Amino acid sequence: NTAQAETLLSGADARTLAMTCAGCHGTDGASVGPASPTIGGMYRGYFIEIMEGFRSGEIYSTVMGRIARGYTDDEIELMADYFMSKPFVPAQQSYDRNLVPVGARLHDRYCERCHADGGIPLEDEEYFILAGQWTPYLEYAMEDFLADRRPIERRMKQELDRLMRREGPDGLQAIFAFYGSLQ
Amino acid sequence: IGLPGLTFGANGKVVVVGGGTGGATAAGYIKRLAPSIDVTVIEPNREYYTCYMSNEVIGGDRALDTIRVSYDGLRARGVQFVHDMATGIDPDKRVVKTAGGQEFPYDRCIVAPGIELLHDKIEGYSEAASEIMPHAWKAGEQTRLLRAQLEAMDDGGVAIISAPPNPYRCPPGPYERASQIAHYFKHHKPKSKIIILDAKPAFSKQALFTQGWERLYGFGTANALLEWRPGPDDAVTRVDTDEMLVETDFGDQVKAQVINIIPPQRAGRIAQVSGLADDSGWCPIDFRTFESRLQPGIHVIGDACIAGEMPKSAYSANSQGKVAAAAVVALLAGQAPGVPSYVNTCYSIVGQDYGISVAGVYKLAADGSTIASVPDSGGLTPMDAPDWALAREVQYAYSWYDNIVHDTFG
Ligand SMILES: Cc1cc2nc3c(=O)[nH]c(=O)nc-3n(C[C@H](O)[C@H](O)[C@H](O)COP(=O)(O)OP(=O)(O)OC[C@H]3O[C@@H](n4cnc5c(N)ncnc54)[C@H](O)[C@@H]3O)c2cc1C
Ligand code: HEC
Ligand code: HEC
Repeated sequence: NTAQAETLLSGADARTLAMTCAGCHGTDGASVGPASPTIGGMYRGYFIEIMEGFRSGEIYSTVMGRIARGYTDDEIELMADYFMSKPFVPAQQSYDRNLVPVGARLHDRYCERCHADGGIPLEDEEYFILAGQWTPYLEYAMEDFLADRRPIERRMKQELDRLMRREGPDGLQAIFAFYGSLQ
Repeated sequence: IGLPGLTFGANGKVVVVGGGTGGATAAGYIKRLAPSIDVTVIEPNREYYTCYMSNEVIGGDRALDTIRVSYDGLRARGVQFVHDMATGIDPDKRVVKTAGGQEFPYDRCIVAPGIELLHDKIEGYSEAASEIMPHAWKAGEQTRLLRAQLEAMDDGGVAIISAPPNPYRCPPGPYERASQIAHYFKHHKPKSKIIILDAKPAFSKQALFTQGWERLYGFGTANALLEWRPGPDDAVTRVDTDEMLVETDFGDQVKAQVINIIPPQRAGRIAQVSGLADDSGWCPIDFRTFESRLQPGIHVIGDACIAGEMPKSAYSANSQGKVAAAAVVALLAGQAPGVPSYVNTCYSIVGQDYGISVAGVYKLAADGSTIASVPDSGGLTPMDAPDWALAREVQYAYSWYDNIVHDTFG
């Protein structure tokens, strides 16, 4: 690989780096789906954490590991700031209306503590967006958490286990319908 | 530390030749970065059909109108359209001339004409012959025609795909097409068969395609829905549209009911006549700005240009369109163009819930000599990817399609 013998030019600015992601994540990270996650408005600390996880392989991915390995820590930080500065645009997607009230209730009980206000961007504190994220992506992320393909916050695992015991997978379905309804 | 959202001091006129993936991206992004720049796109077609996802139309999973895109989104951004063909570019007077007799002065010109198909590299093939043996390597009517021929074919028929030598638009394209047709045959015409006659001894994502074909289409068995015959022996050298047969380099003759000829190609005709192409038939460019190495003030992007390790793909054209847009805006503002960044990812849908991909992240070589893959990054779907991962890749392929169309034309 002759490229390895060459020096490559670093120093692209945040916008130039971030523009390359639009093909999968939408302009300014506002994905039009059906499954690629929206990353516009993502909390910068979480963006960095997940990109590093993709890059190391600690967090399972179909394609992002291969992409994330193309970027240095500095470049990831630049993109983290860029995407956080963009608005989060909720997904325009269909959802099962009948499940929403149950889902809202279950979210309040099991998830609201860490995903405040349904899992929306917050001011001045860390957040993990769930409301308005593409449902297939949330389903895949959850499959990966449950199958130990990505690390999970210990107390999130506890809440998930409780939810699964009491409500089964239907419970998650309802919760995702609730997130999908938040457009 | 980023640049401000808009580049102040950028004024002037940009003419874009070709409103395809590269040209549309460049036009839209110039307007986003510097709305005060005048952008005119010269494009004969009033709407655009994407080649990407056209294989899924050929296979029957998508309707043709789902790959048709309007230019209204770009117009809403202030991009002006002239529906005409550019016939010449004068780099000294800085003017683009059109078939309709108009002249468009520019401060900077971006040329993204896609490919020219070299029909007569195959004896007996021509533009007229493509009405009988479609290439469908430009989307729209040719896509419709090939799909109609497959629908009309009797069960038990043979379809041939003649795959071209490198370099060509969309390296995995012919093999995704074979996969999509095999998918159609499997469910609707199971006694039929596809034969790929390849000019090449190997192809993009070959191990992954082969594995998928083995799992889905009986590849390598007596009942295989598709076969691949490698070049140089099995390269198609001659076609007979009356007899509906092809002849290979080795001298074999193969008859078929449907014959898809993908001829050798080079940069679009306007690049040839404007002195933008070299002896290879493709356009050498400055890798930082995509400015032509042969004609000053003219940038060439997309399939037509020689872009180092980047393949000829829609994602590449979109990525290059953005780099060129940013460079042109900087140059018009009297600033030095910034450091570029480039990405490509090509998805191929091999079958039901079965998708594969190849990804690349690139940087400019420090000495400006090429666009190179960042070491230890990019690559292919792993050979041991489980079924559920391959199913996700299909959903992500659909997402890629919707997002790139929106980003390019929206
Ligand atoms: C079957 C198939 C499947 C594909 N699948 C994928 C995929 O999955 N992913 C992917 O990334 N890529 C894919 N591609 C490749 C992709 O379609 C091309 O790489 C991409 O379209 C290149 O963009 P471009 O701007 O260079 O050319 P084009 O998109 O072809 O645009 C060129 C435009 O220039 C216009 N033009 C030409 N000459 C003139 C002139 N003289 N004056 C004015 N206008 C002119 C044309 O009318 C045309 O609209 C596929 C290609 C094929 C054939
Ligand atoms: C070819 C498609 C593609 C490209 C290009 C791409 N992504 Fe992704 N991205 C995905 C997919 C698919 C996922 C889901 C994880 C997976 O399976 O890979 C994802 C997930 C992510 C996530 C996790 C989001 C979350 O809420 O958990 C982030 C952050 C991200 N990508 C950032 C980027 C950045 C930054 C770039 C550009 C430098 C980029 N992506 C380029 C397809 C892509
Ligand atoms: C104790 C805190 C906590 C609770 C409770 C919790 N989560 Fe989380 N969740 C997190 C954290 C932290 C992350 C970020 C990933 C990580 O660092 O582990 C996360 C990430 C996620 C993600 C991935 C989002 C993405 O874009 O990648 C999903 C999906 C998710 N949580 C769903 C849920 C659901 C559903 C519930 C309730 C059943 C829940 N979480 C309860 C803390 C929590």
